[in-house]
Amino acid sequence: MIRFDDVSVTYPGADSPALRNVHLALDEGEMGLVVGPTGAGKSTLLRAVNGLVPHFSGGTLAGSVTVDGRSTREHRPRDLADTVGVVLQDPTSGFVADVVEDELAFGMEWLGLAPPVMRRRVEETLDLLGLTELRSRTLATLSGGQRQRVAIGAALTVHPRVLVLDEPTSALDPQGAEDVLAALQRLVHDLGLTVLVAEHRLERVVQYADRVIELTGDGTVREGTPADVMAHCPIAPPVVELARLAGWSPVPLSVRDARRRAAGLRRELEPQMDGHATADTAEASAAGAAGPVAVADDLRLRYGAVTALRGVSLRLHRHEIVALMGRNGAGKSSLLACLAGLTRPATGRLSVGGLDPRRADPADLVQAVGLVPQQPGDLLYATSVAEECRTADEDGGRAVGSTHAVLERLAPDVPLDRHPRDLSEGQRLMLALAIVLAAQPQLLLLDEPTRGLDYQAKHRLVGVLRRLAAAGHSVVLATHDVELVAESSHRVAILADGELVADGPVAGVLASSPAFAPQVAKVMAPQPWLTVDDVARALGRAG
Amino acid sequence: MLHPGAWWLWALGLVVAATRTTNPLLLLAMIAVAALVVAARRTASPWSRSFVAFLALGAVLVVVRLVFAALFVDAVPGATVLVTLPELALPEVVAGLRVGGGVTAEALLFALYQGLQLMAVLAAVGAANALADPRRLLRTVPGALYEVGVALVVALTYAPRLVEDAVRVRRAQRLRGRPPRGLTGVARTAVPVLEGGLATSIDLAAAMDSRGFARAAAVPVRWRRLSASLVLLGLVGTIIALFALLGGGLLPTAGLPLLAISTTLAIAGALMAGRRSRRTRYRPDPWRVAEWVTAASGVVAAVGVGAAAALDPGALDPVGILPLAAPAISAMALAAVLVAALPCVATPPPPSGVPTSTSRPQQSRAGASEAGVYA
Repeated sequence: MIRFDDVSVTYPGADSPALRNVHLALDEGEMGLVVGPTGAGKSTLLRAVNGLVPHFSGGTLAGSVTVDGRSTREHRPRDLADTVGVVLQDPTSGFVADVVEDELAFGMEWLGLAPPVMRRRVEETLDLLGLTELRSRTLATLSGGQRQRVAIGAALTVHPRVLVLDEPTSALDPQGAEDVLAALQRLVHDLGLTVLVAEHRLERVVQYADRVIELTGDGTVREGTPADVMAHCPIAPPVVELARLAGWSPVPLSVRDARRRAAGLRRELEPQMDGHATADTAEASAAGAAGPVAVADDLRLRYGAVTALRGVSLRLHRHEIVALMGRNGAGKSSLLACLAGLTRPATGRLSVGGLDPRRADPADLVQAVGLVPQQPGDLLYATSVAEECRTADEDGGRAVGSTHAVLERLAPDVPLDRHPRDLSEGQRLMLALAIVLAAQPQLLLLDEPTRGLDYQAKHRLVGVLRRLAAAGHSVVLATHDVELVAESSHRVAILADGELVADGPVAGVLASSPAFAPQVAKVMAPQPWLTVDDVARALGRAG
Repeated sequence: MLHPGAWWLWALGLVVAATRTTNPLLLLAMIAVAALVVAARRTASPWSRSFVAFLALGAVLVVVRLVFAALFVDAVPGATVLVTLPELALPEVVAGLRVGGGVTAEALLFALYQGLQLMAVLAAVGAANALADPRRLLRTVPGALYEVGVALVVALTYAPRLVEDAVRVRRAQRLRGRPPRGLTGVARTAVPVLEGGLATSIDLAAAMDSRGFARAAAVPVRWRRLSASLVLLGLVGTIIALFALLGGGLLPTAGLPLLAISTTLAIAGALMAGRRSRRTRYRPDPWRVAEWVTAASGVVAAVGVGAAAALDPGALDPVGILPLAAPAISAMALAAVLVAALPCVATPPPPSGVPTSTSRPQQSRAGASEAGVYA
């Protein structure tokens, strides 16, 4: 259905091709998963399928791409619209209508379908993706998962034979991601749709894939069955890493498969459980002993008719990493904005490092609390990394070079002469983090730091956060990424609808929740291990 | 949801009314009417917040006009000198222009009234902008104009999001400590906002292209060129005619026929071009009673104020009256303006959606603009 014959893509001004001699064949009804580090060419590969590369993006494409027998050489993206449905990374920026129904109909209008056909297909698609209740809602009022499903639905109404999705679940909470993936599953199995999807969060999708296309970073690809590729791919979900640790072959891809194999491992680790539990509580009490860095008491916040926070109380301590979790729109960002003094809660008591964020001078406040916003790029405006560091020093009235020194400690590989826009997501995050940290705030807040980060960048972030906590900072991160939370955090606070519904040690809160439990916890339950590292340490103790 | 065309007709009525009078009370009434309708009927969509921006722009213009009127003493004769500024000696070449000198109350009032007139026009346009979803309006544009449509959709999405993004970026900039002020502050906000906006627009264009936007049936090139030039010619003519009629630079006897001819040309071109588009409509916006009422209320305002201006020029154009006096008010004109507030109650209320912050994830590479080629 999708065929790449010796395809190479070179963008104008680039030294090396983004894709190099790619051969690829995906049959009808198969689901292909594209994996690879950031910048390896995942988006380029996906956009080449319907000819956006090179018709829209520019650049040169050698070789040939054919979809359903039609070559993108002769057919522009708009001509292939009846064969290929594309859902780009950010559904919001691709929306053309303002109501769900109109959005679904947009593609069909341009194909010239008769109004009765359009009407029927819209109804079918609403049912298929569970959007019926949302049909007349304004797109701007939908949650992330709902938007993603609308975007998929909009691509589906034209009845394409191929669906291409770029990171469909990366911005979604676990439940929203489940919904989207369940919908994709149905499309592949019931309608025989060919699906090509790129995703960083492998733990969510790899078990559904028929083929995995691994981009190695130099533009070439390796293709194979998921088990084969996952056996040695440097990017792997926790369940695969656990399999490598335990030496299971072939590698299990889902929690279910892994659990069947894990009986022996669980027996082996049985004696280690008590020791682990005491170590955990010791760590927690050490964190609690030093007085709190920040105290929030009964915070309430409203935006117009929407209540964002209803009486949230939270204490944050030094040496502690707290993960703030909850659905999209549960109030995570609002709580962080209150703590950082960006939003004023209507009522409640708030104290950060002895200051009241509502009244403190911003210049003093940044020395008590630092927030890395959801889009780190919002903080940046200079034309090079070096200039960015210099102006940050000027802003804070600090000695020249102090921001640069922080950046050097966090991520020595960030090139100083590069434009911030041309950095990878991970590097840009590190730059924003350095700017915020240069003021030496005790409390560090991060809003969704893992968006668009690959596993390597995430591992590095975990290392950085752990070092900061060890140095006495208090760190709060709002995130959907349970694996990141399991690896990095000491405490989890879960928000639901503006209220704090859980607040406790990671093991206790995460392991007991079906939606939030990390893969290793699901495999090893009822034992308390959350990450592959936990298991490795326990194995080390066992002998 | 009301047909966006109805909102624009209504706003156009207010614009015409505003150009017919400089009576400050009437103008303030128009601004109030626009604000009232926006407050009552705007939706939760991002562009519905743009009304305030339009009002702010109008206020700035009023202030600028006042400052200029105070600095440059122009031709308005006046006896009531409020304050005397030091006069600047200018060379002979620019004789006739005086900088400084006595600032008269008449000159200031003249500037204020003219500024208010501009503000009322902006308020009407801003109201239409806030009430009518630009994307829906675009759907009603004849399928023939789709190339223009691409550009318009991108521009229209870009503009209101800029406001949202600017707020977000300014907030984020506070996290760097000393919030920058003045020009540096503007530059620091503008750079990330423009970059983000550009990336979003490119994404949108890519998404629209993938979804079949601007698929055309095979039509001879000559036919296409002919229809396109007809549409363009017609639109330019219409704009000139409207401008001349509203500005009063052209007699209605010349302006009206020009308007009629240009509109006919534009429509003919659009119809011709429309034959090549195979585009169909999904549940087109209906034009019902509420739409008629809204459009009619705008027309009533325009006609009412226009008629009052013809009957009682003194009351509607107080600038002409030199002795300072409180502006009189024409009951007929005021009533006509108040009719324009009818949509507050005569239209269906907006759907109550829960607005959430629109999230935008990371930017992908801002794609090169030139089209790609195959090796």
